[in-house]
Amino acid sequence: MLREEELKTFVEGTTRYFEVAAQQPATIGSPYLLEGETAMHDYTGMINVSGKREGVVYFTAPRAMLTVLLMKMQESDFSHESMRDLVGEVANTISGNARRDFGHDFVISVPSVFAGEKPQIPQPPGARSFVIPIHWRSHSAKLVVSLT
Amino acid sequence: MSSGTPLDRRPVKLLIVDDSNIVRRRIERSQQFDDLQVVGTAANGFEALELARRTDPDLVTMDLTMPQMDGIECITQLVKLKPALRILVISALADKATAVEAMERGANGFLNKPFSDRQLNEAIAELMY
Repeated sequence: MLREEELKTFVEGTTRYFEVAAQQPATIGSPYLLEGETAMHDYTGMINVSGKREGVVYFTAPRAMLTVLLMKMQESDFSHESMRDLVGEVANTISGNARRDFGHDFVISVPSVFAGEKPQIPQPPGARSFVIPIHWRSHSAKLVVSLT
Repeated sequence: MSSGTPLDRRPVKLLIVDDSNIVRRRIERSQQFDDLQVVGTAANGFEALELARRTDPDLVTMDLTMPQMDGIECITQLVKLKPALRILVISALADKATAVEAMERGANGFLNKPFSDRQLNEAIAELMY
């Protein structure tokens, strides 16, 4: 079952992503245990985790935040496809970086992306879900880590 | 004119492989070498192999987590196709075992995502010169 101290890996991964990719640090709020469902933003990128641990890691963000993030990356394409691409890449990068601490057997999938629809998030038995709030500029997003 | 001068040195041909359009464009935009020519971009291992046959690159940047054919398998096949190819892995997978496996299959460098422009250019320079 995911332990609270293991969340540090994902908090650090999120911090690193915004610092390096957006060149502007995000503020990370206090993670909290998710009971039931959480509200999704406009775009969600989800990674399935298998191997030593099972579950999902997903990043959900509003279109406005993703637009500014793309601008900070000097992108000029703000299409629906770019938004989908970006949430998938953020989820992939943070999950992949987690292997630094979780090891090679923390196997991650390619991203699944949801937009404008309520995603079906699989919840393996025994998994605990934590929400990591992300505040960047005037926008808010979430990273949800749900692992056995 | 003697060989090896800047005027007669042919550009280093670069193939960019990543399933993210944003990352592919980022690499293309951020590389700062006058003597580097991007000859193609691919979104998975199959596309990369096809483009490598057509464009004969000298250098490849290679993502690992991709649909259809992942980067590790693609590296293995690319090295068989073109043993002198230099391959820079650019991946979010941050564990040491993955880097070791990629190098054993034939990669020459490893850069973790997320990366800065400076880190990208330093990693490319190490394989170009």
